[in-house]
Amino acid sequence: MEFKELIKLSLQALVANKLRSFLTTLGIIIGVFSIIVLVSLGSGLQSYITSQIQGFGSNLIFVIPGRVGGARTPGGVVTNKLFIQDADNIKNKLRNLASVAPVISQASTVKYKSIENKGTSILGTSSNYTKAVQNATVEKGIFFSSSQEQSGARVAVIGKTVKENLFGEKEAIGQRFFIGNNIYTVIGILKKRGAVFGIDQDNTAVIPISVARRQFGVTNVNAIYISANTESQIPFIEKQVKELLLRRLTEDDFTIQTAESGLEIVTNVTNILSLALGGIAAISLLVGGIGVANIMLVSVTERTREIGLRKALGAKRSDILKQFLLEAIAISLVGGMIGIILGLGTSILVSLLFVSVVTPWSVILAFVFSVAIGVIFGMAPAIRASKLSPIEALRYE
Amino acid sequence: MAKDNKTIIELKNIYKDYSTDTVTTNVLKGISIQVKKGEFIAIIGPSGSGKSTLMNIIGLLDTPTKGTYILNGTNTINLTEDELSFLRNREIGFVFQSFNLLRRATTLDNVILPAIYAGVSNAKRMSRAKEILTKLGLQDRLNNQPSQLSGGQQQRVAIARALMNNPELILADEPTGNLDTKSGEDVMNILKKLNDEGKTIVLITHEHSIANQAKRIIKLIDGKIV
Repeated sequence: MEFKELIKLSLQALVANKLRSFLTTLGIIIGVFSIIVLVSLGSGLQSYITSQIQGFGSNLIFVIPGRVGGARTPGGVVTNKLFIQDADNIKNKLRNLASVAPVISQASTVKYKSIENKGTSILGTSSNYTKAVQNATVEKGIFFSSSQEQSGARVAVIGKTVKENLFGEKEAIGQRFFIGNNIYTVIGILKKRGAVFGIDQDNTAVIPISVARRQFGVTNVNAIYISANTESQIPFIEKQVKELLLRRLTEDDFTIQTAESGLEIVTNVTNILSLALGGIAAISLLVGGIGVANIMLVSVTERTREIGLRKALGAKRSDILKQFLLEAIAISLVGGMIGIILGLGTSILVSLLFVSVVTPWSVILAFVFSVAIGVIFGMAPAIRASKLSPIEALRYE
Repeated sequence: MAKDNKTIIELKNIYKDYSTDTVTTNVLKGISIQVKKGEFIAIIGPSGSGKSTLMNIIGLLDTPTKGTYILNGTNTINLTEDELSFLRNREIGFVFQSFNLLRRATTLDNVILPAIYAGVSNAKRMSRAKEILTKLGLQDRLNNQPSQLSGGQQQRVAIARALMNNPELILADEPTGNLDTKSGEDVMNILKKLNDEGKTIVLITHEHSIANQAKRIIKLIDGKIV
């Protein structure tokens, strides 16, 4: 029996039971749709986070207090044993570093006249912060100099959110405003960085570390940013920094993060996430496949007489097998196609609003899966049909 | 087609038993029949006489428990299911009591079915189907579905289908059983005409008036020829 004839037969069968075919394909549509959308979402999240991490700079190392994934004090609190001296130590003892910037960060309320802006992240750092952190660039005005840092000048470089909330359209540079109870002068505005995981990166004010220490009364730092001249030096510098810090601290007191190690963690996490999402979607496709098997069994039973007649007229086992197998494939393929179209549309829509990257392999996978579902779940009913004896089948009422 | 004396059906000592767990029923008890090419025979018998079983065996839809069946020179014993399908497709045209048309298919699609399984090209089978249907007076019903046809028309479609692969043998199982008198007469006239053209006709019936229209009658009672 020729292929064209088989295609015609299977489509006729689909059209003959429109509602039933639709409900059966719906299972496949939902399965394929969710595979594409969820995998796209997973990939989108991954590429988004990756780009965020790379935004920090690939030749950057940062040291943070406490050990990630390591021992914690009861209650999960990390005792911060990292001090400004550690940053100075690194700066003085290690050569071939581009810059070292310790950072003290505290949330505080900023105020201009009667306008308040709460929860602003105040970063106390050194004058080479913009050199160490790649995505921190001054858009307007200047960053504070090392002499301003040493003299303890009350100057601030503010983020876009602070600028807009406090000064609106007004020229901000040269204005005086409050951080806590102290008055600072705006000398620069940072370029917009957007939100990372819902945290506004622009609700910030950067001030000299010497001033920050006095203002907040702290001596330990929340992070030390170290940048190398080239990316290839990173592993070497990482090792040296570690050795240096271990002279004074234990392994549990600090964590050294590089863009690469950060990426690794994120990639691991998002891969698991993608797999989990894909797995959930695959289960729904499996359920859809069971629906196909179910409806094919009904179809075979319903058409027992037809099968008997076809056999009487000369159909071989393989002809009947192909006919019903192709019908199952047609159901799941039609469902697969609709699912792919809907899934792609939704993924593209989601990518406009949130993060979503349509990966070709998820589309190919969904397509192959839906055909495979047709073959796998159509096989048993088709074999059953092909084995019917013509005489029994013709006698069937 | 000239009539010759070639044997088309040769049944030798055919037995058919049906067994359940406890009981074995002997349906056919040593049937031997020879049918020459071009014959028109009727197999008649009351229900339960085994005539349907005999018809199924002649039609290669069922296999005997014991005995030999040679169809048009081919020994059919020990053939595989697919080989039997092949023989049915080429050698036998079936006409059933309940027509057995595909209800969702048009007249044309029903008639070409045997040719599809014979691997005849679409153009060829379409033109042949139209030719046969025209001969049977159905040229205006080519694209109708069975539900749009009368019983007599449906049976004519079934006859057209039986003729599709130009088989030597037409096997008709109570072909008039579901028809009114007039349509039944039409169908019988078609079968007689086909016989005149050289087809071998084997007719199964329980009606004497139908059987009497055949040239030879084989009477079956309780699984034996009487």
